[in-house]
Amino acid sequence: MTNALRSYFWRGLFAVIMVVAAYATFVRFYYGLGASTNLSDQFPWGIWVGFDVLCGVGLAAGGFTLAAIVHIFNLKSYHAVVRPAILTAFLGYLLVTVALMFDLGRPYRVWHPLIMWNPRSVMFEVGWCVTLYTSVLFLEFLPMVLEKLGLVKAHRILKNVMLPIIILGVILSTLHQSSLGSVFLILPTKLHPLWYSPLLPVLFYVSAIATGLAMTIFESWHSAKAFGRQLEFPLVQRMTRVLAVVIAVYLTMRFLDLYHRGALATLNNPGWERWLFGLEIVLMGVPMLMFFRERTRENPQAIYVGTVLFLLGFVTHRLNVSVTGLEASSGVHYVPKWTEISVTLAMVAFGFFVFRTAAHYLPVFEAEEHEPVPEVPVLEDRAYAHSLARGD
Amino acid sequence: MSKAILYDSTLCVGCRQCEEACSTRWKLPYNEKIAAEEKISSHKLTTIRTFGEKFSRKLCMHCQDPACASVCPVAALQKTAAGPVVYDEDRCMGCRYCMVACPFQVPTYEWEARLPKVRKCDMCSDRVPGGGVTRCSEACGYGATITGNRDELIAEARKRIAEKPKEYHPKIYGVEEVGGTSVLVLSSVPFEQIGYNTKVIKSALPALTWNALQHVPDVVVMGSVLMGGIHWISHRKEAVARKEGRS
Repeated sequence: MTNALRSYFWRGLFAVIMVVAAYATFVRFYYGLGASTNLSDQFPWGIWVGFDVLCGVGLAAGGFTLAAIVHIFNLKSYHAVVRPAILTAFLGYLLVTVALMFDLGRPYRVWHPLIMWNPRSVMFEVGWCVTLYTSVLFLEFLPMVLEKLGLVKAHRILKNVMLPIIILGVILSTLHQSSLGSVFLILPTKLHPLWYSPLLPVLFYVSAIATGLAMTIFESWHSAKAFGRQLEFPLVQRMTRVLAVVIAVYLTMRFLDLYHRGALATLNNPGWERWLFGLEIVLMGVPMLMFFRERTRENPQAIYVGTVLFLLGFVTHRLNVSVTGLEASSGVHYVPKWTEISVTLAMVAFGFFVFRTAAHYLPVFEAEEHEPVPEVPVLEDRAYAHSLARGD
Repeated sequence: MSKAILYDSTLCVGCRQCEEACSTRWKLPYNEKIAAEEKISSHKLTTIRTFGEKFSRKLCMHCQDPACASVCPVAALQKTAAGPVVYDEDRCMGCRYCMVACPFQVPTYEWEARLPKVRKCDMCSDRVPGGGVTRCSEACGYGATITGNRDELIAEARKRIAEKPKEYHPKIYGVEEVGGTSVLVLSSVPFEQIGYNTKVIKSALPALTWNALQHVPDVVVMGSVLMGGIHWISHRKEAVARKEGRS
């Protein structure tokens, strides 16, 4: 396929997704949740919560991960990807907020937790954190706009107060990324033992960090493709190594927890839970093993494939916790309605579209000084790839 | 003094007078078709369920420390001192976390409404705190459902079990379940045989989330110190180099 054809294909697909979603939106708000979802009294949360909110917030975790790496830990070599990560995070949180409007029965009351307090509620805490963190992300994103508009003075003022803002952002993220796991702590008998754990907040936090890194690699690859930019390859390789270690930590913790709770025995039980569990572990374990191999890290395509596999594994875990792991105890079988799938697809497509547009018009990818490298280093030339991997 | 409902399923004949009285109190339609629906929903807040020759009743259990009230981000659900767990529809934004969290699958939703609200039994909170009895207790001609003080009803239930040990399963459902509920149930057979969830834990659920949530202030303080410290160390090298004119 030529580039022009490919471009038409994606635009056409995007248009179709948006038109269908527009109708789904009408169905949702005119006829209500009953007509637009397969949710029920037995199964009150579906993919709008499980994917759009839970995965959405996780997939936007690159913002705080990279902000901490670059601005707190002062690892300058990561500088080239901090802006794309912050942009993704900002767009991600905005999309989560939009998706929440579809799911809430009375979306116009979304601000209620700000004045009607219940500090015992995890959801209350998440609501506050997400509201505050979206504001923090706006401030972290603002320099890109100010730079574009040439507002030097405002830019300098903002830069002077950026450190506390960034620290606040990392703390707020730590709180709500983990609290999204705490949401399910109230379900000790409803959630399947393969997923219910007192460690859920920690597991959600660590997997969010891994996903933040994975999304940053994912974007680097896509923006390299889309804008014909040179991939920050040594940087991507470095992130891949870190990602491998974070996944290893996560999986070790996951299995220790399953072992100590005696939950591994439930793998003998019939039912599809064990297969979904297997899928989740394979989708995380395989990329981890791939990333530990040097051959993979020398090949941008292989890194991309591994990253996508890991992201799918992450999504599988969150959906297992929030949707499929709750089915057995609910007594009903939930399959999302076309309207639910349509809105979710539209969120993803819209995310890609806005990111691309913003990256096109704003100085997201700064002209960083780094060694020019070919977009796809040839595998045969291992010595050269080696020197790239080592070099900063 | 906390109020409660005692439902003695051995006395229940399945006449569904409680269902009808409840529907009248909520101004909900009630007819034969609805009577035949043996599940609670937004238009039927209590139901009789048939298990062969035996009957059981489903309604909000009014937990002593309810999961629904603890998870609600806007405090729309509250456990009142008098016993009832009540719902304030003006606060509710429709996140449905209460429905997910309830160990008994009690709160229901008006799925068909454009601006839906949660529906559940409120133990006639317009009457019970003032010493009155619930509509379902009033309507029951067989004494299967009665309203009273919780500890007196527990004593009464124990007395019934002691007097007729052959007719009763020796346990009272609701004394220990999720740390205790304000609806108590007696049965002639183990409770799971007439549709009660006996797998629920024996302590209050909100403690499980509080275990995690209580650390929030500490995370904020520790996180600030830790990150401020790391920032200081990681940037100091640079600052020193700059001062010494090395960069």
